[in-house]
This record gives sequence, C-alpha cells and structure tokens, in this order.
Amino acid sequence: MIKTKFDYDKYLRKNTLPHIWCPGCGDGIILKALLRAIDKCEYPKDDVVVASGIGCASRLPGYVDFNTIHTTHGRALTFATGIKMFKPRLKVIAISGDGDALAIGGNHFIHAARRNIDITMIIFNNYTYGMTGGQYSPTQPLGTYSTTTSFGSIEQPFDACNLAQAAGATWVGRSTSYHAVQLEKFIVSALKHTGFSVLEVITNCHISFGRRNKMKSPVEMVKYQKEKAIPIRSAENMSDEELAGRFKTGIFLENTDKPEFSSEYRKMAETLKTK
Amino acid sequence: MRQVLEGSMAVSDGVRMVEPHVISAYPITPQTHIVEHLSKMVADGNLKSEFIMVESEHSAASVVLGASACGVRTYTATASQGLIYMEEVIYNIAGMRLPVVLTVANRALSAPINIWNDMQDAMAIRDTGAIMLVAENNQEAYDMHIQAFKIAENPDVMLPVVVNVDGFVLTHTFEIVETIDSIEKVREYLPPLDMKYKLDVDNPYSFGTLGEPSVYMESRYNLYNAMNLSKKVIVEAAREFKNMFGKFHGALIDTYKMDDANTVIIAMGSVIGTIKDAVDELRESGKKIGVLKIRSFRPFPEDEIVSALRNVENIIVMEKAVSPGKGGILSVEIRDTLYKNKMASINVNGYILGLGGRDITPKNIYDLVVRAEREENVDGKFIGLRRLE
Repeated sequence: MIKTKFDYDKYLRKNTLPHIWCPGCGDGIILKALLRAIDKCEYPKDDVVVASGIGCASRLPGYVDFNTIHTTHGRALTFATGIKMFKPRLKVIAISGDGDALAIGGNHFIHAARRNIDITMIIFNNYTYGMTGGQYSPTQPLGTYSTTTSFGSIEQPFDACNLAQAAGATWVGRSTSYHAVQLEKFIVSALKHTGFSVLEVITNCHISFGRRNKMKSPVEMVKYQKEKAIPIRSAENMSDEELAGRFKTGIFLENTDKPEFSSEYRKMAETLKTK
Repeated sequence: MRQVLEGSMAVSDGVRMVEPHVISAYPITPQTHIVEHLSKMVADGNLKSEFIMVESEHSAASVVLGASACGVRTYTATASQGLIYMEEVIYNIAGMRLPVVLTVANRALSAPINIWNDMQDAMAIRDTGAIMLVAENNQEAYDMHIQAFKIAENPDVMLPVVVNVDGFVLTHTFEIVETIDSIEKVREYLPPLDMKYKLDVDNPYSFGTLGEPSVYMESRYNLYNAMNLSKKVIVEAAREFKNMFGKFHGALIDTYKMDDANTVIIAMGSVIGTIKDAVDELRESGKKIGVLKIRSFRPFPEDEIVSALRNVENIIVMEKAVSPGKGGILSVEIRDTLYKNKMASINVNGYILGLGGRDITPKNIYDLVVRAEREENVDGKFIGLRRLE
C-alpha cells in the first residue's frame, strides 16, 4: 500500500506550485510516484539531478527540489549525458514526453541507449503533443485521431520499450499512471539499475488526446489504461488478436552485464594516465 | 469578404489563397494554430496540398527545402526555438536560392523558457539570406503572405521569405480582416511557380554541391545581389497588390504623420499600432511626432529611411530584441544608415522594450518620448524593468 502520509512537501518547490497540468492529467501521479521512489532509494536531495526538454512532462523539474535543468526540445538526454559524464556520482533522471523523447529527440534516445550511460529516463507517453493542443505524435496508435490526423493516423507508432531494447538500453519497463503502486516500484528498480534505464509510463491527456478519441474524461482514460494494460506474463498466453490494441506492462529487460559508459570512460582515463 | 479572424487564421487563409503544393511543420506555441488551420483545410478538401507531418522543425524546413528544389510552391511556419533549430536549413534554402515562404510567430528565446512575444527569434536569423518582412496587424499578415510568395518566386530574387507575425499579440487575437474572394485574381497576381533550376530527371541539376574556395564567394555574392534586387521587387509586389486588391500597408517602410515631424519613432511589428495611437494623443498636445514602420527588415531599406528622415531632429528606436554586448539591433542599423548618409547629427535613442511578452502600453510610449527629449544617443537602454531601473 502507498503510505498515505508521505510528505511530498519535502521534495516540492512549493513556490512554483500550482503546477500547469490540467485537472485530471496523469502527470501528477507520475511526479508523486517519482518522489516516493526517490525517497525509498534514500538519495540525498543534492545528489539527484532532474533534466527535461520541452512539453507538459518537461515542466516537472521546475516543481521538484533537486538539482534541475529545463532545456530545449528533445535534448534532455544530451544535457543529462553532460552532467553524468562530469559528475558520475550524481543520480541523473531525464524526464521526457513521447514527442520530446522519440520525435525531435529520437536521435539522442537511441544513442544514450547504445552507450548504456547511467541515466534513468522516464517517458511520459500520452500519445500526443498536449501542450500545443494535440498534434500527432510518434507513439500515437494507428487509427487514432489528432488535430493533424483528422482521418486517423496511418503512421506506424514507435513502441518505446522495443526501441530502447533494440538500441541497447539495459533496463526497460512500462507502467501507467493508473498503476501507481507498480509505477513507484518500477521507478525504484530503474533508479537502482546501473546503466541506461528507460521507463515508459502511459499517461492520460484527456484534453488533447482523449477528447478526439472518445475518452473525453480522465476517468475514461484511466479506464483505458486499466483495461488495455496486460502484464507481460499474462500476455505470453495471449494470441495476437487478443493483444491487438493493448500494451504490455512490466519490466522487459534488466541486464547488468553490459558495461556502463561513464565508468568505462573513467577506466579508460585511468589506463591512459598510467601509460 | 470582411471576416473576424484570429491572426493565425488570417495567415493560414492567406496561405490557402496561394495554393502551396507542400506544407510541412512541427507544433510550437504560438505558431501551432497556423498549421492546424492549414491541416484542417487540407483534410476538408479546401486546399489541395501535401501536408507533411514531421518530427522536428529541422525536418519541417528540410522537407520544404526538398520539395521546393523540385520546383513546387512550399510553406512552413514556426517560432522561437523552432526557428533557431531551423536556422541551419534556412541558410541552405537561401544558399540554394529556393523560394520557400516561412511564417514566424515571433516569440522570445530560452533560457528561461518563455512562450510570449518579442523579436529575438527573428533577429537570430537576420543574416541567413532570407528576406524578412514584418506585419503590423492581421490584415497586413494576410496580405503580406500573398505578397511574400510573389517576392520569393521572382526570378531575380529566388530567396526564402520570412514573414514575421507577433506571437499572441497577432496570432491569437481577432481582428476584422478583409479577405480576397477570388482565387482566380490571386492566381493572376501570383502566376504558377516556374523555376528555371530544379530537380528534374530530364534536365538534371545539383543543389548544394561542394562550393570550393574558387566558387563559394561568387555564390554568396549572387545571393547578396539578389537580396539587394529584391528591394525593387518588394515595392512592386506591394504596388501591384494595391492595384489589384486595394490594400496597401507600405512597401519597404511605411510612414505615419511624418510630414512635419521633428521626432520620429521607428519600430516594427504589432507595436506600431500602439505607437500610432500614442502619437495621435501626443500630437494633440502639440508634439510634432511621427512613426516610421520597418516593413522589410531584410533587405534593409536604407534609401527609403534616409529620405523619410531628412528633416528630422530626434529618433526613438523601440525594439523587442537586443544584442548583448552592443545594444539594440535595429537602432544600430538606423545609426549606420544615418552616418553613411551624412545625417549623423540626428539624435538617435535606442530602447529595448517588451521582451518575453512584457506589455508595451501607450503610457510607456508617452514616458519614452519625454525621456528621449532629455537623452542623447543612448542605446540598448531597457525600459520597464521591474527593479533594476
């Protein structure tokens, strides 16, 4: 059970609140899960860095009392990479939306995964560009509607978890803003992993995505998450027809064998010094 | 037809009238409405264009570059960070001499992130080789887009045209706009694009190929000349537009109550409207004051500015951009123009206002005029700061 008396204030910059997220948005649930997870990991506040790009999700660093940096669209991971390489002892978390992480910043995503740099990336996937009013996104499911796909999207969406695994990330998982308890556990696991960890969180934007896809209230969107999410194990026994239109949740990959980039870099530097 | 249109709608409706073949854009506040309206027009069958969605502004600009190189009419729009992300491609579009039209819904630059209006984004692409026009109101934004294609596609010019429309102040406000009813008339004004050099399998050309030291400078020189030649074309485009559609907002510049003015306020964009109101008020109290609106920032209308300022004693330059380490940008160019033309004795005061959406009110302008009377040749002075002043 979630502790009901968790002291969020300890981690929030109260002068920056209220946040900008719409009532009913899932992003706040992810924010709270992140704070509980960081608390559970017992990281000192000053050892945590939260970096973000642009978009609704990317506003998160402004609200949390860690070292935070809100940067340019799609580039959270590049800034995070610089931070991690300079101060490897810091716990670096990159916050991104689906557009930020996989469209404009897609290049950095695959390269961070390829290097296996010790950054935890949380992708807030709401299938849309919520902040600008609901344009199509690279994760938007086939056939769904947005302001720029008036007849339904015909573009194949990215599966962020498949992409992360294929590109070389060593911890990959997916949860939703409905599964708040699981979400917190997954964030803890991702944070404790050494290497590039990618947690995709399906979150709800009823304003920009839901309204155009017959889910105009947050309740309908949360129900969607509840009904469409299939734990990996349950999915194993399901046919492709049964899985159509649903998404798997769980930890897809946890690989501790692959060397982590920032420590390899230090090792190399040490070797060269002794030469 | 007279309609009440949001600035974004005026822009997209103006673009609809020229029937671009390819439109590509990426969402960014406060531009998004423009391409959203265009996307709807395409989806509804009211505009026969290829609407291409992309994963970044860099890609949007690249898509229109590619399409334009094939010899078709292309359009994109962006703002702020999106514009500076496009900058690499804009240099290429200009260098390849492609007549792309691009709208910028002017907005401040990061950091800190700010979505509100100023003109720092436009100033950041000043030297790309794109023609830069600035609209004062929604009507002008509508008309200017039709003119922009005519200017860009002129065989003597063949350069991208950036149309600057103040973010929010224009893009998100509604004004009465008189739109053109007859698309045939627009087709007459703007004939189909016929590019001499394009990607064509029957008559192949290369674009952007390595320009060695032996040829690069000449290619830049040609671009430079084309920019100078475009002055004449911009004037013609405005004049011809007036003859056909009855609307005129000035050509390279526009002037207001300048005939007997000894003090002139120079600015560009939507703030001109506020300045005109303030000037009306100030004239009632006996001040001989006028307004010079820069309509074309690139090419910079030196001759027109010189003849407009011949009998002026004081100049106030108001700008929503700044060059840290120097001062104003427009003010420096005005001073340079005066100096070159032996008019350096005119007192020019350059002020920075309205960055990141800070309001510019008529009162700011009254205060500025009073202030300018006792100041001499100041530059880069920030007006309306909350604490530091």
